Amino acid sequence: MIEVNNDSATGEVERVPVPAGGELVRRHALATRIWHWVNAVTLLIMLGSGLTIFNAHPRLYWGEYGANADYAWLQIGAENGHGYIRVGDARLVTTGLLGLWVDDAGVPQNRAFPSWATIPSDYNLADGRLWHFFFAWVLGIALVVYMAVSLINRHFWRDLRIRPAELAPSHIWHDIKQHIRLRFPTGAAALRYNILQKLSYVGVIFALLPLIIMTGLAMSPTMDAAWPWLLDLFGGRASARSLHFIAAFLLFAFFVVHMVMVLLAEPINEVRSMVTGWYRLPRDRVVPEPSGEGQSA
Amino acid sequence: MNGKIMLSRRRLIGSIGVGAGGLLLSGCDALGENARFRSLLGSGENLTYRAQRLVTDRNALAKEYSARDMSPLFRANGNVMPSSLDYAAHLANRFADWRLVVDGLVARPLSIPLAALMAMPQRAQITRHDCVEGWSAIGKWQGPNLSHILSLARLLPSARYIVFHCADAFGAHPYYESIDLIDALHPQSILAWRMNDAPLPVAHGAPVRLRVERQLGYKHAKYVMRIEARDRIDNLYRGHGGFWEDDAGYQWYAGI
Repeated sequence: MIEVNNDSATGEVERVPVPAGGELVRRHALATRIWHWVNAVTLLIMLGSGLTIFNAHPRLYWGEYGANADYAWLQIGAENGHGYIRVGDARLVTTGLLGLWVDDAGVPQNRAFPSWATIPSDYNLADGRLWHFFFAWVLGIALVVYMAVSLINRHFWRDLRIRPAELAPSHIWHDIKQHIRLRFPTGAAALRYNILQKLSYVGVIFALLPLIIMTGLAMSPTMDAAWPWLLDLFGGRASARSLHFIAAFLLFAFFVVHMVMVLLAEPINEVRSMVTGWYRLPRDRVVPEPSGEGQSA
Repeated sequence: MNGKIMLSRRRLIGSIGVGAGGLLLSGCDALGENARFRSLLGSGENLTYRAQRLVTDRNALAKEYSARDMSPLFRANGNVMPSSLDYAAHLANRFADWRLVVDGLVARPLSIPLAALMAMPQRAQITRHDCVEGWSAIGKWQGPNLSHILSLARLLPSARYIVFHCADAFGAHPYYESIDLIDALHPQSILAWRMNDAPLPVAHGAPVRLRVERQLGYKHAKYVMRIEARDRIDNLYRGHGGFWEDDAGYQWYAGI
């Protein structure tokens, strides 16, 4: 195992005992790995069963209430043989994907999300709720345990703490350019999360997941009676439902970007490190750059 | 490393990913059909019920709104006109001969005319109705407390559930619902005969419907004809404590 000093302020690579790449190093703690995979399965099930629940009433509102006669800021539906999604006044024809699609048996279906995206695949609100409210417990308990362990083993402090210098626009812009060029860090720098990774992981762990759990609770009439501040916090039950959906969309967007980044980096190495904990440091690029640019991401 | 090998490796991983996604979803369907797995999933309902009862004061009130928060149009759902001849006769007669029956595990069975329900101490509340489908509407409800009626009938110690037998039906199956005593005796649980300052419309359950404000809409039984106190509900109708619970597998506890 190679000890790596992670305390540099901007992610500048230390020049002294740095591994140059090629070595196997411990990268992810057991708690992180377990949570990652539990979460991966749980979030996909929550998304699929959540889409089933959304299909029961494919409209979103702002405020305390909202039903068919009220203005929906988002609606998925079918009209004159077209499926559509409407957001505000903007309307997009989505025939085949949303609102109106053909099922496996070749039968046109007037449902918001198609069967391949929902759990269960055949529309069944009761079963969707059965899945959703079991895995909601898994999601919530796993998040709390992971947060507690990551405070104790200093994972948050060591790996996710954002240094002020990292938030400098020039630093962020530099990382964005590196990402666009698909120049990923090598050697010891690859052990550290860059600022874009930190921001997205911190955003998911400390903002999106708590938001989706709390807005989920705010939709429960019993929880609203027990904790009336939930409604005040989100501006009403219909608003909480909208925010719940938006948070789910953002988590899905994170998932897509996460998948793309793993595939563009080193998929087998990345997956192995999340399964076994061991990660092979990417080798430094052959042509060294004079400024060191390309290593400090 | 050779770029071509890298690409095919990526493609491999990508197809594994897509395949795993597809397997996950179809695997979910197969798992969802498995009786033991379903009962595992169902344990979530029991956990939710117990956890919510634990963190919720038994008299914690659902939020009450002001008149200006009310929905301009309150959606009617489920049955909007019971089809029985008996109900039609009551409706034609403006429920003059209608009686609310209170029986089962009570010391004093009752038969209460609508006028007597109207003459009891009343509670009015502007509350939010949350349908299991996801929509909400805010309306004003008025009627006597269920707890008042149950105290007149004097529940026996063996009573654990209150069952509401309704005039409407889906096909051969009459609508009914059941709640536990914590919700039955809750200060906001009323038998509403007024809605939005007018007599309860037929579409919303005339002559009376249950309001059980901390649960979803399907628990708020409409067209209530008879209230029965019972020690168990698993031996009633198809055994799950309510029409939608029996018919579609909706959760009996609808606090979430």
